[in-house]
Amino acid sequence: MLDTMLGNYFPILLFILIGLSIGVLAMLAGWLLAPNKPDAEKLSPYECGFGAFEDARMKFDVRYYLIAILFILFDLEIAFLFPWAVVLNEIGWFGFAAMLVFLSILVVGFIYEWVKGALEWD
Amino acid sequence: MDNSQQLFEQLFGPEWGAPLYLVVKNVMLILAIVTPLLLAVAYLTFAERKIIAYMQVRVGPNRVTFFGIPWLRGWAQPIADAVKALMKEIIVPTGANKFLFLLAPILTLGPALAAWAVVPFSPELVLADINAGLLYILAMTSLGVYGVIIAGWASNSKYAFLGAMRSAAQVVSYELAMGFALVCVLMMASSLNLGDIVAGQQGGSFLNWYLIPLFPMFLVYFISGVAETNRAPFDVAEGESEIVAGFHVDYSGMAFTVFFLAEYANMILVATLASIMFLGGWLPPVDIAPFNLIPGMIWLLLKIGFMLFFFLWFRATFPRYRYDQIMRLGWKIFIPVTLIWIVVLGAVMQLPETVRLAFPLNLWFS
Repeated sequence: MLDTMLGNYFPILLFILIGLSIGVLAMLAGWLLAPNKPDAEKLSPYECGFGAFEDARMKFDVRYYLIAILFILFDLEIAFLFPWAVVLNEIGWFGFAAMLVFLSILVVGFIYEWVKGALEWD
Repeated sequence: MDNSQQLFEQLFGPEWGAPLYLVVKNVMLILAIVTPLLLAVAYLTFAERKIIAYMQVRVGPNRVTFFGIPWLRGWAQPIADAVKALMKEIIVPTGANKFLFLLAPILTLGPALAAWAVVPFSPELVLADINAGLLYILAMTSLGVYGVIIAGWASNSKYAFLGAMRSAAQVVSYELAMGFALVCVLMMASSLNLGDIVAGQQGGSFLNWYLIPLFPMFLVYFISGVAETNRAPFDVAEGESEIVAGFHVDYSGMAFTVFFLAEYANMILVATLASIMFLGGWLPPVDIAPFNLIPGMIWLLLKIGFMLFFFLWFRATFPRYRYDQIMRLGWKIFIPVTLIWIVVLGAVMQLPETVRLAFPLNLWFS
């Protein structure tokens, strides 16, 4: 197990655990050392000095949703570009042309969303 | 190395000794990365206040000192700040989801630190020399946005929620530009391994660094990095003047400080990646006597410091972007520019050897 490629990932697992536990330890230290005197006014939500008007679990602008969808599409595109970029030296003109076809299909989609105004924020 | 492994096997028996040795060894190595990193984060806040102060023709923190030693004036400021933050009450607002509210800072800091597992400090000095290094770092930086969204939602405050929505959309948009810029680096280096990417820039002088053929991509990468870490001039997610402090408006004490640590650790990570992928990592600018005698790690640290200086310089110089301007820059400028650059670079790489020799292109394309 130690000599395999997978063995290289063991320090990463440890690192993630240590990274998370540093956060946990810092919060625990703050919880132990800091005073804790709760008070109804202190714990009320902050709205620039006024009482909260309505629930904060509100509707949100659909454009955020649109951006999220577009992100998924383009992130997939990047996921396809990564392996292509690594072996581009070996696959030559044919590989390049194939990716050009894929990219141009996605660029048509990109132009469509641009013209439709999905990228506008007034 | 071997002696300590044998010692472990004698102490804990053959079947427990070897795995235990592996765990202890790696924990020591990880602490050897994380401790200087956290110190660097602390002193980056000090450097930020000092440098911005000098840019504004004032002095910055110059009072707090270690044991009253006069020439260390101001140098204890980050330590004093940390102790103060530790002593401040952590307030959990009434409407908040307690578990998620306290989990969010931890979820932000964890990936920000864990991304350092694959960063090479010199050809030998790397904790996990994995083949998918760049992909791992991209994954870790994307995970950071979860902490921000969870924090904004769990606070049950309108400002925090707005800040979280803004931050999520912004980070996600600039990640695309960043990803496309990285694809160009991959095309040049033909490897996802960060050590191999630096090795690909070897060859005698700074002319071989990817900075020169990929200069526009370097700009796109670095500006996207500034936007990804929510730093000025792209700090609308925090936007003190409009939505008070954005997603961490309800955080206080150590919970707030953990967010702060993560933001600065991410800044250092972006600066490090820019140095590794575009500025030749640990390679000296010119491979001749006075320069190549300096250890590679010093060069890497100098480059990281140089890139970090830009973060602070930007903050002292530029007014904040408006949100629609940020989205326009990300989607309508960076993404088309990077896409065109990928196609042009791909075409140049397919040119026959004779044409490439006519131009000095063989410096970068092996």
